[in-house]
Amino acid sequence: MADIRLMKGNEALAEAAIRAGCQAYFGYPITPQSEVLEYLANEGRKRGMIVLQAESEVASINMVYGAAGAGARVMTSSSSPGISLMMEGISYIACAELPCLLVNVNRGGPGLGTIQPSQGDYFQAVKGGGHGDYRLIVLAPSSVQEMADFVYDAFDLADKYRNPVMILADGALGQMMEKVAFREYDPKDHMMVKPWATTGKPSTRPPNVITTLHMLPEQMEEVNRRLQAKYAGIQQQEVRYELLDAEDAEYLVVAYGLAARIAHRGIQLARARGHKVGLLRPITLFPYPEKVLKSMAKRLQGILVVEMNAGQMVEDVRLAVEGRAPVQFYGRMGGIIPSPDEVTEALEKMITTTVTHPVEAD
Amino acid sequence: MAQEIMEEMITPDVEGMECVYQRPETLLDARFHYCPGCGHSVVHRVLMEVIQELAITEKTVGVAPVGCSVFADRYMGVDMQGAAHGRASAVATAVKRILPDRYVFSYQGDGDLAAIGTAETIHTCNRGENILIVFINNAIYGMTGGQMAPTTLLGMKTSTTPTGRTLEIGGHPLKITELVAQLPGVAYVTRQSVHTPNAVRQLKKALTKSFQYQKEVRGTCFVEVVSNCPSGWKMTPLQANAWLVENMFPLYPPGDLRTPQ
Ligand SMILES: Cc1ncc(C[n+]2csc(CCOP(=O)(O)OP(=O)(O)O)c2C)c(N)n1
Ligand code: SF4
Repeated sequence: MADIRLMKGNEALAEAAIRAGCQAYFGYPITPQSEVLEYLANEGRKRGMIVLQAESEVASINMVYGAAGAGARVMTSSSSPGISLMMEGISYIACAELPCLLVNVNRGGPGLGTIQPSQGDYFQAVKGGGHGDYRLIVLAPSSVQEMADFVYDAFDLADKYRNPVMILADGALGQMMEKVAFREYDPKDHMMVKPWATTGKPSTRPPNVITTLHMLPEQMEEVNRRLQAKYAGIQQQEVRYELLDAEDAEYLVVAYGLAARIAHRGIQLARARGHKVGLLRPITLFPYPEKVLKSMAKRLQGILVVEMNAGQMVEDVRLAVEGRAPVQFYGRMGGIIPSPDEVTEALEKMITTTVTHPVEAD
Repeated sequence: MAQEIMEEMITPDVEGMECVYQRPETLLDARFHYCPGCGHSVVHRVLMEVIQELAITEKTVGVAPVGCSVFADRYMGVDMQGAAHGRASAVATAVKRILPDRYVFSYQGDGDLAAIGTAETIHTCNRGENILIVFINNAIYGMTGGQMAPTTLLGMKTSTTPTGRTLEIGGHPLKITELVAQLPGVAYVTRQSVHTPNAVRQLKKALTKSFQYQKEVRGTCFVEVVSNCPSGWKMTPLQANAWLVENMFPLYPPGDLRTPQ
């Protein structure tokens, strides 16, 4: 029997973390995600989780490093300015290949910005953000249900690849209440043995060392090669996306997270007016669903990317499409949520302005 | 050839002679990169000796800093994590929370602990995390080539205070150990040194006590070691140790600042 509740996205995420066997949470309050810390400080502690309100996000992320290095299933969460503060630590975690869950409930920036929902941190999450050539696996939920579901997936992916995984949501997903069903999940069936963890060295093995220092450039390049090979494997194996109304689509909207839900409503309005429009919703932002986009592009008249930012993911769409179809962008910034009508309007504008080109056969 | 002579010196032919002093097993058989006479080497050795003698090698996890002792994890024969610059006590906090029955220590220089990592230091101690913090105060940034540290003395020349630290340029030397000793979360705060054999013996006692207190869950133990940096100070090791007594001790006097009730 599924356990169904009405919850805020932040709370659903926190509840799922407890059910996923997360052993420790380190974090610092910031709107719009403080409910994660608050929920875990109450429910999590009651159910045996270590929950520490740290002195800063800098301390939090380095505590995540320590706990993950000691072999624990561990997480932190924050919102944009706090995630910026964590960047050095995230780079260390990626280099040391420590599994953990990072949650960014994105708010409007730059600067202190607003506490309203935004997708302005796409570049930071997907392209690195911190220093060096590293990648996070980035999951983008678009409902309270996915705020919960992706927690289990994130922990499992983190362990599988020994890589930090980020759930990139936005303030609205964190704050809104929806029905959520908690899946059956027994952490015992998922937890991996971590022989590399620093748990105290028995006399039978040499010391385990978690380090990110590789003084010789040849060694450092070797580490980079290993990381890049891992990322290539992730790109092969872990791409996730959703296609809606796409079978007969002549036009495609690409949007993720909350923007995808709004865009889908806009698409339905456009369809009611006779336009054949579909939706591609990337679920993993890294690895990016570029293959499906590339293969669809040649039979499309145009692609509209909708984001709650100045146009960030649109760059990845253009890279995937490589000129096979015209790509346009519609976005709102600073914490403004676009309406479905705005999406429909942007679609109709695209449809009237793009020159119809002959559709190539597959 | 030089290599062979070195090896010969490290492991001389001792047939027929009684061994009275040797490298503790917990200290890995690797050649230190530290400059001759540097306090880091001595503190590494003493710390590993204590862990060996207490027979807690298998139950200890250490956290190395960023600074000259960034390579501590290549010398110390216990499970180790290398933290980001300044964050060793946050990392150690988490390790201890996850593994409360292990002995956890962080090892940090003055730039690491008292400049970039001040917030972590104060809050780790204020929470009374049940760990040992070993603080190497050599009044300078050794690793990056001798810049001013928070603990640099007034008048002391460094590469960023070429005519000597003044109040206008760098403010007062930070007595972070005195600050930490005010915090109710700490169990044991002491200032030691390694410039004489007797000082080394005292440090050894302080470290032994710290692990005992950690076993008894007394709270944070904070051991400052007034150390040297012959290279950064541009002195011979002997000069450096004499300079330390004359100039560092007046501001950073050795002794206990706080002992468990
Ligand atoms: C974030 C960051 N800033 C600066 C540095 C450069 N850095 C490395 S070690 C160091 C100072 C080390 O001095 P201290 O902690 O006193 O240790 P010592 O080398 O004297 O033992 C600095 C500034 C760094 N590695 N990371
Ligand atoms: S630079 Fe100074 S602190 Fe670093 S190893 Fe040399 S003497 Fe020691």
